[in-house]
Amino acid sequence: MDAIILQILNGLDKGSAYALIALGLTLIFGTLGVVNFAHGALFMIGAFCAVTLSRLISVSHKVEIPGEVDFLGNQATRDVPYIYSIFGETAGATIIDWAVPLSILLAIPVMILIGVIMERGLIKHFYKRPHADQILVTFGLAIVLQEIIKYFYGANPIPTPAPEAFIGSFDFGALIGFDPGTIIYPYWRLVYFAFAAVIIGAVFAFLQFTTFGMVVRAGMADRETVGLLGINIDKRFTIMFGLAAAVAGLAGVMYAPITSPNYHMGMDFLVLSFVVVVVGGMGSLPGAVLAGFLLGILESFASMREVLDILPGLNQIIIYLVAIVILLTRPRGLMGRKGVMED
Amino acid sequence: MFGLNKKDGSLLLLVVALVVFAPFLLNPFPESSGWAQFNAGYPDLMQRFVIFGIFAIGFNILFGLTGYLSFGHAAFLGVGSYAAMWMFKLFGMNVLPALALSVVTSGIFAILIGYVSLRRSGIYFSILTLAFAMMSYSLAYSVLATDMDGPDKQGLLQKGLTGGETGLQLTQSDPRIFGAQTTADGNIPVPSLFGLEMRSATELNVGDWVFTFSAGYYFSAVIMLLAFYLSIRIFRSPFGMVLRSIKSNQQRLNYTGMNPRPYMLAAFVISGMYAGLAGGLMAAMDPLAGPERMFWTASGEVVLMTILGGVGTLIGPVLGAGAIKYMENIISKINSDILHSWFAFLPDGLEDIVVTMIYPFIGKGWHLTLGIIFMLVVIFLPGGLVQGGQKLAAMVRRKKTDDTKTATTEPAE
Amino acid sequence: MSKGNLTRRGVLKTGAVAGAGLALPTYLSAQDSGFTNAPTGSTVTLGFNVPQSGPYADEGADELRAYELAVEHLNGEGDGGMLNTFSSKALQGNGILGKKVEYVTGDTQTKSDAARASAKSMIEKDGAVMITGGSSSGVAVAVQALCQEAGIIFMAGLTHSNDTTGKDKKANGFRHFFNSYMSGAALAPVLAANYGTDRKAYHLTADYNWGYTTEEAVKSSTEAMGWETVGTVLTPLTQTDFSSYITPVLQSDADVLVLNHYGGNMVNSLTNAVQFGLRDRIANGKQFEIVVPLYSRLMAKGAGANVKGIFGSTNWHWSLQDEGSKAFVKSFGTKYGFPPSQAAHTCYVQALLYADAVERAGSFAPCAVGEALKDFEFDGMGNGPTLYRGDDHQCFKDVLVVKGKENPTSEFDLLEIVEVTPVDQVTYAPDHPQFAGGQLGSCNNGA
Repeated sequence: MDAIILQILNGLDKGSAYALIALGLTLIFGTLGVVNFAHGALFMIGAFCAVTLSRLISVSHKVEIPGEVDFLGNQATRDVPYIYSIFGETAGATIIDWAVPLSILLAIPVMILIGVIMERGLIKHFYKRPHADQILVTFGLAIVLQEIIKYFYGANPIPTPAPEAFIGSFDFGALIGFDPGTIIYPYWRLVYFAFAAVIIGAVFAFLQFTTFGMVVRAGMADRETVGLLGINIDKRFTIMFGLAAAVAGLAGVMYAPITSPNYHMGMDFLVLSFVVVVVGGMGSLPGAVLAGFLLGILESFASMREVLDILPGLNQIIIYLVAIVILLTRPRGLMGRKGVMED
Repeated sequence: MFGLNKKDGSLLLLVVALVVFAPFLLNPFPESSGWAQFNAGYPDLMQRFVIFGIFAIGFNILFGLTGYLSFGHAAFLGVGSYAAMWMFKLFGMNVLPALALSVVTSGIFAILIGYVSLRRSGIYFSILTLAFAMMSYSLAYSVLATDMDGPDKQGLLQKGLTGGETGLQLTQSDPRIFGAQTTADGNIPVPSLFGLEMRSATELNVGDWVFTFSAGYYFSAVIMLLAFYLSIRIFRSPFGMVLRSIKSNQQRLNYTGMNPRPYMLAAFVISGMYAGLAGGLMAAMDPLAGPERMFWTASGEVVLMTILGGVGTLIGPVLGAGAIKYMENIISKINSDILHSWFAFLPDGLEDIVVTMIYPFIGKGWHLTLGIIFMLVVIFLPGGLVQGGQKLAAMVRRKKTDDTKTATTEPAE
Repeated sequence: MSKGNLTRRGVLKTGAVAGAGLALPTYLSAQDSGFTNAPTGSTVTLGFNVPQSGPYADEGADELRAYELAVEHLNGEGDGGMLNTFSSKALQGNGILGKKVEYVTGDTQTKSDAARASAKSMIEKDGAVMITGGSSSGVAVAVQALCQEAGIIFMAGLTHSNDTTGKDKKANGFRHFFNSYMSGAALAPVLAANYGTDRKAYHLTADYNWGYTTEEAVKSSTEAMGWETVGTVLTPLTQTDFSSYITPVLQSDADVLVLNHYGGNMVNSLTNAVQFGLRDRIANGKQFEIVVPLYSRLMAKGAGANVKGIFGSTNWHWSLQDEGSKAFVKSFGTKYGFPPSQAAHTCYVQALLYADAVERAGSFAPCAVGEALKDFEFDGMGNGPTLYRGDDHQCFKDVLVVKGKENPTSEFDLLEIVEVTPVDQVTYAPDHPQFAGGQLGSCNNGA
């Protein structure tokens, strides 16, 4: 029982990452009709916002350590962040410790800016082009973005720990009547889940309850008519692209402590997020979220030893197997609409 | 000629000429010049050009004609490679039976996957094919690689059906019923065509140029030309017309009382067999089959090749395949030393600046250059490289007509 | 700086055929020299095939730095590095057999296909007479097989799987790096001494060749010490979040977790394991422990503070104080500003060992070089007295057991040496079950 609860938690946690990425991808699919292969790269850039900020605030000057030498026999030095001299050592260390949550503040404007530039500068010209062209140009862009990151940050993963306060685990089991220590879950992963829930809720509320959201939803349904009504739909779509980029970026920022960011993490997620979107149904936001959590939970269960003993290798293929079964039984995914991206 | 119209006939002749003279055309720079780095006329790369050309031609039959974007085509490439390797292991090193088995196996595989996947269209079809390919990859990597007859026995299946990460390789203990297990000097035999070793080659020295003629290349080239000819025939056949009509309006086709499904499946299987043939050839040129041939990036690569060259055009996919393989094999090998030698004529400070500016785009940065080229081509040449060629040709022609125009003062058309 | 053309053929042609017009066609397989790519001019070309893109790109970059340094030293530039401490004095610092060493580089992408394509272009286009490098066993095995077929010497880079010199060994391939078996044999006594002999181990293993051999090696050597293995689970190589593999560990009665992962896999699985509080856990009344059989500095760097106090093994570490290591660290550090990694070390040593073997054999012919390397004993290369065993072309030398450092003083000072396991303890018979099943075959000159 406790094993199952733990795997559900794992699944929800994985699922929240899948759902966040798929949400942004669906926004772009649904509103703009663009197949964005650079979406994974946006996720990756989000994670590197966290890396960048933590590097920025720990920019250091060298202080010589008296009486010690380094490996070449030269005077040994120690890095002391400048921030220590501004805020004092304790406050400075706390700020550095909180770099990941702080980088949300950096990531939002940066990601919106990147999204808007991408849409205005590139994607805009591809609305009327075939999907194949969209794939090629966004894939090219994804390669360029990740190579730029690789040029500056190298290929090795960069450890980006969560704040000290979130290190350690929360004892779930004790809360619901199990023995202490059997069902524990890391704080940061719980934070990630809550964060994802908030973002998903905010996006839905935004689309559901604001005039802007209403226009965008109308535009998703029938772009031409909305345009004929004299509404500048293009401008709103640009903002939607920025929003989608920000969602992907935020997913990346908060993911940095879970797996150390590296330049190709976007590509690792890209295919998976497409599968999630399609399983959820093209153009359906609730579908994307639902599919994200569903696949996350199934993936977690499939990696249990008890399951693998019966079906070795199931953990390797479960997502794709589920995708095939769902697409064959529900032609447009879980909640897809008719006529979207079927040609 | 060969049942082709004049235009297609001359295209075929052009391709034949290009392929036959590739060892010359791809080695334009003298060996002692700094530009020799850009020469691509060595056997391995030329073989890759034509093999991936076959792969892309086959992919284009499906994608270019019907518009169905398969994102799992590499699975057939991988299956073809494994099939050929097993043929080498079990029966002998002749490439023809191996290729035959590759084509048949990948055809069967394509029937299974196609039958299921073609129940959906659009992106749903793409994701279904992707899912099948990724499952094949994962299974080849892990489950199918585990020892089938116990780790302590050293039998044939010791490394499973696929050999896992290291790939399926030949060993000296393979049975090879119709061939030698080992060569006279105690090595593993190499793939051959009735005794003509695929790796044998002749060199021709002309002045400062060296041209290599490899048996493997010409063997692959002949197969590629056959494949190309077949694809022209398919493009121009009634069958091809049906496929095109699926792309332009499937509903209307339904109303005419035609069921497009069998045609689609046929196109899918043909295209899968092309991929299997390419996979088999890869194994024949270099006897090793690894699972990463089936990874989604490999499937994505053939999509990119086709789009880069020009979807739906006959020659486009081959050009796209050549362009990407050229980048991968030539640009990635340029290192900073070579750069310095090129710009050695510049003053020292300037040389360093130039090298620093170019350095991120070559060697380990070859991916960056590839990405930029993808973007540039699709932005400025929506029809791919073929359109670029047409534009260029049109420019030349216009210049010519301009000249004649001024002479004859004909009215504009 | 200016260098002339870098290809063998360039030199060959300008010298021999300049202006000769149409020479007679020559069959590649029937060169006068009797082996593939015999260097004829005043230079010899080596092929450095390392990952330059993909997850191991940084490791590849470090290997390339080491090769460039080795070429400098072979050509008599720089301070000579390990040439001064190497027990064999055949190398004169005037290139190899008097020929200046030049090199070509390629990108393996850590894929067998790409690695072979790159190696082939070095052989066919650039006329490389030896291929070396790489950062994974899959690539090493694939390129080794290619070199055997083409008649080229392959000096493996970083490859740790038993199979490279076990099931998949080849006469033309040589490995200086240690292997899974040696890791297990070196680690087990240290683990027993530190964690006791009554332990229950749970293995998470990357689902590919290297993972299998490492699990097998660590399992058998820890079981010999009295440990019990309570679970082994294979994890997909493409996995990035290991949470669903870590939580079952909480449910099991294990008190040690062995992570048979390398590179990004290890960084993520270790980070996840620490997140789930495994290091603070008390199981069976004992402190829960994590073990990482193969360490590299780049991995330690990627995992950050999570490696502190965690045991593992490594081929070499820059903090070693023998003369060879000191000389190498000094020349590498002076040139690049930071200490070399174990990947850099093994590649540097391999390049030197090859050059030395050619020098001693007096020929570049693969069979002659192989003969010279066979059962070659040497010292002064940073690992103490070392034997290149002729039976399987594997180097036998001391193995380092290391531990993540508690208080690193710099970003390179992440591991501390716990014990130098003497070579006798990690030596095995050539027909040991973990290595059985392959044949070296006979050396191939390519003819």
